[in-house]
Amino acid sequence: MEKLLEVENLSVSYFTYAGEVQSVRGISFDVKKGKTTALVGESGCGKSVTAKSLMGLIEKPGKVKPESKIIYQGKELTGYTEKEWNTFRGKECSMVFQDALVSLNPTMKVGKQIAENLKNHESSLSKEEIYQKSLEMLKQTGVPDPEGCMNKYPHELSGGMRQRVMIACAMVTHPQLLIADEPTTALDVTIQAQIIALMEELQEKLGMSIIIITHDLGVVADMADEIIVMYAGEIVERGTARDIFYHQQHPYTWALLQSVPRIDDEDKTILNTIEGNIPDMIYPPKGCSFCTRCPYAMKICEEEKPKVTHITDEHSVACWLMDPRADRSGVPFGRTDA
Amino acid sequence: MTDTRFKRIEKKKTQELISYDHSVWKDIKKELFSNKIALVSIIILLIIIIASILAPLSPYDPNKINVAEKLQGISAKHIFGTDEYGRDYFTRALYGGRISLTVGFCSMIMTVILGTAIGITSGYFGGKVDMFLMRFTDIFLALPSMLLMVVLNTILRPGLFTLIAVLSLFSWAQVARITRAETMSVKERDYVTAARNLGAGSFRIAVEHIVPNIMGPVIVAASLGIANAILMESSLSFLGLGVQIPRASWGSMLQSAQGHILDAPRLAVFPGVLILCTVLSFNLLGDVLRTALEPKIVK
Amino acid sequence: MAKYFVKKGIQLIIVTILISFFSFAVIYAAPGDISGMYLNEQMSDEEKEAIKENLGLNKSMPEQYWGWAKEVLKGDFGISLANHTSVSEQIIKRLPATLQLMGAALVLSVLLAIPLGLWSGYRKNTWIDNIISGLSYIGMSIPSFWLGMVLIIVFAAKLHILPSSGMHSVGNESFLDTVKHMIMPCITLSLSNLAVFIRYIRSNTIGQLGEEYVLAAKAKGTTGGKLLKRHILKNTLLPIITLLGMNLASIVCGSFIIESVFGWPGIGTLAMTAIGVRDYPVIMAYVMLSGIILVVGNFIADILYAFADPRIKREDMAND
Repeated sequence: MEKLLEVENLSVSYFTYAGEVQSVRGISFDVKKGKTTALVGESGCGKSVTAKSLMGLIEKPGKVKPESKIIYQGKELTGYTEKEWNTFRGKECSMVFQDALVSLNPTMKVGKQIAENLKNHESSLSKEEIYQKSLEMLKQTGVPDPEGCMNKYPHELSGGMRQRVMIACAMVTHPQLLIADEPTTALDVTIQAQIIALMEELQEKLGMSIIIITHDLGVVADMADEIIVMYAGEIVERGTARDIFYHQQHPYTWALLQSVPRIDDEDKTILNTIEGNIPDMIYPPKGCSFCTRCPYAMKICEEEKPKVTHITDEHSVACWLMDPRADRSGVPFGRTDA
Repeated sequence: MTDTRFKRIEKKKTQELISYDHSVWKDIKKELFSNKIALVSIIILLIIIIASILAPLSPYDPNKINVAEKLQGISAKHIFGTDEYGRDYFTRALYGGRISLTVGFCSMIMTVILGTAIGITSGYFGGKVDMFLMRFTDIFLALPSMLLMVVLNTILRPGLFTLIAVLSLFSWAQVARITRAETMSVKERDYVTAARNLGAGSFRIAVEHIVPNIMGPVIVAASLGIANAILMESSLSFLGLGVQIPRASWGSMLQSAQGHILDAPRLAVFPGVLILCTVLSFNLLGDVLRTALEPKIVK
Repeated sequence: MAKYFVKKGIQLIIVTILISFFSFAVIYAAPGDISGMYLNEQMSDEEKEAIKENLGLNKSMPEQYWGWAKEVLKGDFGISLANHTSVSEQIIKRLPATLQLMGAALVLSVLLAIPLGLWSGYRKNTWIDNIISGLSYIGMSIPSFWLGMVLIIVFAAKLHILPSSGMHSVGNESFLDTVKHMIMPCITLSLSNLAVFIRYIRSNTIGQLGEEYVLAAKAKGTTGGKLLKRHILKNTLLPIITLLGMNLASIVCGSFIIESVFGWPGIGTLAMTAIGVRDYPVIMAYVMLSGIILVVGNFIADILYAFADPRIKREDMAND
């Protein structure tokens, strides 16, 4: 399978008043052509920062560290100048944001905002052509009364419609890669399903790859070809949807799955939560970052970073529990030793 | 042999919460000393202030007319030269500084007291009191202050006190606005509610709890207020409506310098530069203080 | 939106009335008997009484105020005590010069402030920002009349390239000549406003650049000048309109001083001389007029703002 995007050893830090916040600490992954990759993890784990760095949108005081490599269709993006990024952003790769209300310019008509990508990258088109293409894209997203919608301001539309508008903005140039940063978090559950369906539909039509970022595992269950679980700036486990949902190996992944409330839970089941907080990213722990919250932590977890174990080609995990010497008593998941 | 490192640990080390220690004064001190601009401003201000205070040490009498020596240029004997009456210009500049700075400080103090009192009262009591006081403040904000100051100064008996009073009259409204906003946010805090529940009277609460916590923006306003007052005073004195002869401030020195723009331009340059440096320093200081007081994560 | 206009309109009227009270009351409380200007010892008592009656000095303060106000509403500001000509006439003759100067200064400050503010906000903390910000601090701290004097010294006295005072050279009414005369006073008058505007636009730009929609625009490949023009510019223009209104006061007051420094034949110099000789009718007229220019200017700014911001059209009056 052809690789569209390769990320190697990406590290991003924010140099703040209080110190160097290491948001992303040396992650590596690929995105395949036409496939959907999900980046999953709780707030603060570094998924949004990762997404931004793929588009060159990390700004002072943030810095993509020099050892990072981002390779898109064989070209290295990490050295790009601003000009080069501008030809990449919106044309090859587009981004859809979490809250359309704040991600759309409140004083600009929606039609103009959809047209913006075209204006930037296909400036040879006439005004009329730009309008038609924008309208066409908007129609594809399924908004009622697309012509009327083009003339409205963002605050005049409903949440679901706004999200569709954002998708139209991103897709109007038929990019190869779509990055969706929490696209459904701000929406009602029913609308969520519609938006996901829309993205899948467009993906099929245009053959593009999607990186979807979310903390909601339920959302990715259907969509994702590959799921990457992040914690405290590192990748703790990755695999196909099947691997993650049925054969998870990392305690964090397991805890995440446990904390999703289920409709068939008994009435009085206490909602599972993961105790504790993410570690201080200015002084990240030297061992496994999940150690302080892990119910199965061992001494070595505090001392050394776990090595990555490749269970299959697609499924890998970074956890000391995979080591044959590990104390696996009481661990309710994983490692059916083969 | 089981590797002991792979033994499950029962008690996990919770990561120690790093305490982020800060207080308003520490913030201010840190910012002031690390910020080069602030340091330079403070040094300039100290030089000017101390020089003005030491003015009586000068061997020259700022008011003694000595026509024989009039309009001399810069020399070792007269660092700023002499003016059209033969008086040592440097000494006059120092004495002028005393007046300008005094007016600036005093009017700032009056402004701050008035503005804070009204602002706190308005913010703390709310309701009708607030509405009434705010309408009152709005009117003062809307009035074209410079204009009316000119008019007032024409009408009233000229003098230092009039000048200071009039300057304060048109500056307190700004401070009142700021302190009212700050008071309204502070009064909802728990320690105020607690104090009230313990039976503390309003005045006591105001002094003990509210005032210390709104000092930040008030200090900023004070610094900017001095800058503004000095500027306005110099304008008024330039027009002949501020300080009267024989007392001279930098502004009134500029007025007399007008007549000699062509033959002795330095008469205009020196007081102006002094005003510029003083006002600029206060403005920069005020701005640095303002950024220092913005909420930040501190180590 | 209509509610908004009505509210602003009422404010306009109230403040105008207050200004008129103030200008009248202050003159009324002035030391010295106004009648002293008209009377002399040779007049008989009846003549003195007649003159006092004429000037309306026998009536009570509210009556005097109302008498004066009535005339003002008709456009009659009375007779100048200094040269016994109609105050209104003198004002009308000189008003255009002042308005020209004020208008030019306003336009200049806005035209320069927008690009400078946008640019220094976009390039925050770089050397270009430091220079622009530094200059605007100086602009805020410089006494305008002193700047005027310095400009005269440098450009007129030393370099001889610009005229040192007045609006026209003798016998020369050409446009170019007027411009040459206007350069220095205009720059002086606009400088402090320029400084305030630049700082404001800069901080507004910085604030906007932190917004999500700017990030979204960048994700489309919109950066630099394009970004500033398409997204930031419009939203900085809105508050500038109200800023303009607020700073109108300083331009009105500034023109008062600048006109005398440069000998510009506007209503400012008229008022200056009037203050010098205590010519009360003129002073009152000047205060009233300036107050009106200010208040009307603010009102226009409020109206423009309402049209420009699509969100106000829907807003309730539930603020402040």
